[in-house]
Amino acid sequence: MAAGTLAAALGVSVLAACGGESDDSTSSDGAKSKSVTLVAHDSFAASDSVLKEFTEQTGYTVKVLKSGEAGEALNKEILTKGSPQGDVFFGVDNTLLSRALDNGLFTPYEAKGLDQVRADVRLDDDKHRVTPVDTGDICVNYDKKYFTDKKLAPPQSFADLTKPAYKDLLVVENAAQSSPGLGFLLGTVAAYGDDGWQGYWKQLRANGVQVVDSWEQAYNEEFSGSAGGKKAEAERPLVVSYASSPPVEVLYADPQPKEAPTGVATGTCFRQIEFAGLLQGAKNEAGGKALLDFLVSKTFQEDMPLNMFVNPVVDGAKLPTLFTDHGAVIDQPKTVGPEKIAENRDEWIQSWSSLVVK
Amino acid sequence: MAVPVAFFAVFFAYPVTAIVGRGLKADGSWHWGRFGEVLSRPDIGQVLWFTTWQAALSTALTLLIALPGAYVFARFEFPGKQLLRAVVTVPFVLPTVVVGTAFLALLGRGGLLDELWGVRADTTVWAILLAHVFFNYAVVVRTVGGLWAQLDPRQEEAARVLGAGRFAAWWRVTLPALGPAVAAAALMVFLFTFTSFGIVQILGGPAYSTLEVEIYRQTAQLLDLPTAAVLTMVQFAAVGGILALHAWTVRRRETALKLVDPAQTVRRPRGAAQWALLVGVLGTVLLLILLPLGVLIERSLDGPGGYGFDYYRALRSVEASGGTFLVPPLEAVWNSLRYALAATVIALVVGGLAAAALTRRAGRLARGFDALLMLPLGISAVTVGFGFLITLDKPPLDLRASWILVPLAQALVGVPFVVRVMLPVLRAVDGRLREAAAVLGASPSRVWREVDLPMVRRAVLVAAGFAFAVSLGEFGATVFIARPDRPTLPVAVARLLGRPGDLNYGQAMALSTVLMVVCAVSLLVLERIRTDRSGEF
Repeated sequence: MAAGTLAAALGVSVLAACGGESDDSTSSDGAKSKSVTLVAHDSFAASDSVLKEFTEQTGYTVKVLKSGEAGEALNKEILTKGSPQGDVFFGVDNTLLSRALDNGLFTPYEAKGLDQVRADVRLDDDKHRVTPVDTGDICVNYDKKYFTDKKLAPPQSFADLTKPAYKDLLVVENAAQSSPGLGFLLGTVAAYGDDGWQGYWKQLRANGVQVVDSWEQAYNEEFSGSAGGKKAEAERPLVVSYASSPPVEVLYADPQPKEAPTGVATGTCFRQIEFAGLLQGAKNEAGGKALLDFLVSKTFQEDMPLNMFVNPVVDGAKLPTLFTDHGAVIDQPKTVGPEKIAENRDEWIQSWSSLVVK
Repeated sequence: MAVPVAFFAVFFAYPVTAIVGRGLKADGSWHWGRFGEVLSRPDIGQVLWFTTWQAALSTALTLLIALPGAYVFARFEFPGKQLLRAVVTVPFVLPTVVVGTAFLALLGRGGLLDELWGVRADTTVWAILLAHVFFNYAVVVRTVGGLWAQLDPRQEEAARVLGAGRFAAWWRVTLPALGPAVAAAALMVFLFTFTSFGIVQILGGPAYSTLEVEIYRQTAQLLDLPTAAVLTMVQFAAVGGILALHAWTVRRRETALKLVDPAQTVRRPRGAAQWALLVGVLGTVLLLILLPLGVLIERSLDGPGGYGFDYYRALRSVEASGGTFLVPPLEAVWNSLRYALAATVIALVVGGLAAAALTRRAGRLARGFDALLMLPLGISAVTVGFGFLITLDKPPLDLRASWILVPLAQALVGVPFVVRVMLPVLRAVDGRLREAAAVLGASPSRVWREVDLPMVRRAVLVAAGFAFAVSLGEFGATVFIARPDRPTLPVAVARLLGRPGDLNYGQAMALSTVLMVVCAVSLLVLERIRTDRSGEF
């Protein structure tokens, strides 16, 4: 019996070893392979010209693999740790950082040019397992037209959102699945404290908050202020999005308006920092390291804002005028320390789910 | 016997127990208290409750809508009946992902109802229930209708002569005779809807999840393995109960009924009431089954520049998928066919050997072995995929990066079908033929080749067809273990649906249509081969 099992098992292993398809990112003689794979969440974007520049500098072509929402993309890598789907993972943020580090997902590497990165975002500076790439502020956005038509002042703070005047107007993302959703939840935790936030969400729920799974769905399908939402005749004038969303609306409008159609409720913001790291067991480590260096280079950092609508982390990286004209500068974003997030995140998400979704 | 047992030990028992261990063991000791902790959580309570009541309601609705259909198919003769019977069966072999997509095209944002009347019903319970009825209509029509066609109508007539009213006669005579078949069908439907994954995943939105979806969420989105393990065991227990009940009703089904040849009971409908019933059933089939499939095809052709094959063309390029895949989505067709072929071979070898072993042996051991083979139907596919992921990652069994992993998981689900199809045929082979061959000096393998094989060739083909269809549509396990550079069709559809924008939506519709056609063709081929109805399906 045991012998039979072993034989069957070995048979399958041999079968697998023989039957594996050739994979172009590995080569049997260990020669330098010509492509490097970046595993990222669905919101990753970069200009082709910039990726070409990387190829010219290093000889590697970049393959981008989008692996789902931020949390799910990270979990997939954790579940298949040691046999990763790519070389570099981009898009683990401060809310998920501890999970990635505790699971030993990344090979330490100090990127060239890290000294140019702002000190306040270098959260793993003693071990360099991850490299900070960008920051963004998660805030409630409002549809300016709706509020002018209704002669109603748009909300500015967390407390405003629970007022009867704003009943049934807000759409948020699922905190269990989407990083802006979680960021907004953490913002409320920071604002109302460990004991107060649940009461706040009960009020939000009573005020008709809508929950959807992803940012794309919330912003482009349910929010009336976005171009996509207008096309879909969306009905909610308040959405959890980013401080950089209004410039985006201007950029994609044709012709470009003088003023952004949406505004930011500056008292509802949570600061998010996104990191990248070299995956443990990467097939192309050298290429992965070169890619990490590139992610904190000025070229990439200045290309990022108009592709992913995030803020650069490198000193001296210029913001496009679109951002300086239409973006909101958030002076006092809410933050929660990564350790505290690590200790409580699951519990918070669980009680949030029970409170709001189920 | 050794090969199937080994196969199940390595690829079923080991991963499943590993998950249970992962969830309930910490620091070398078992924590049974976790059951209490998890099950007392309000959100989990909600999931359990929803899973149960939606399955009960889906089952009731399916019976309500499909029983008249079963009667019409059993008792009436009308033009196009054979074709319609095949059409009604199509949904059941469709991957759940396609069913979800079709109902999304009907009820979702920008769907047909949305365009006509501004009605949206996705992310509601109704969408899930309707899709479940659509999916299981054939189960009731086939299981109950098959028996109904053979019931002797004279028994009911005798009751009428003795003074019973039309309804009383049906209530007292026909229904009790049909009872076990109805119960068996109901339990099958309950089982399928209780473990529903693809449909709920696509139509449920964040508010609704069945146990199966919750197991997936706890694993993939929250990485909460203990909770996932507890839920797996709860589902396992529930499914074990349902399967045991089902086995019992199947045994009861063989009670002494006077059965006649179906040809004797079939006739053309007579009178207004019967015509109305026939028209009603045809209308139901049209609205419930043909409409969603039709809308799906229509959406897949409704491209950005008017009607045409734009979305199908987009499936050929990597760029159009915007980095969702490393390969063009159309590659998924070849992946799926390759996987399905491999899975079919594995399932035929394992299932065939198991069926052969079962024909030679009787008694309690064989019955237990038979039940063991049925278990993969019941244990959550998500769990199997998840178990593969956490157990088959160390030498000598480091298969995570290997393509064989997917067919192995799919074969696990295919084996029960193979066994059920092969067993009755193998049992029907006269043992004396084998003995005669052996006496004449044939080796056991030669006896099998010369005596059994010619007789069971057709059953093998049918079994292969089933295994093939099952693995084409398998979603729950594959979603965990298919790598993004080698997606299968259902996984590719689900990924496209999860991304925003018209192009992705259109591509999902197009790919679903491709998958539907592949499955429908497999089914038609299967129907052609199956001229005799000796199988247990």
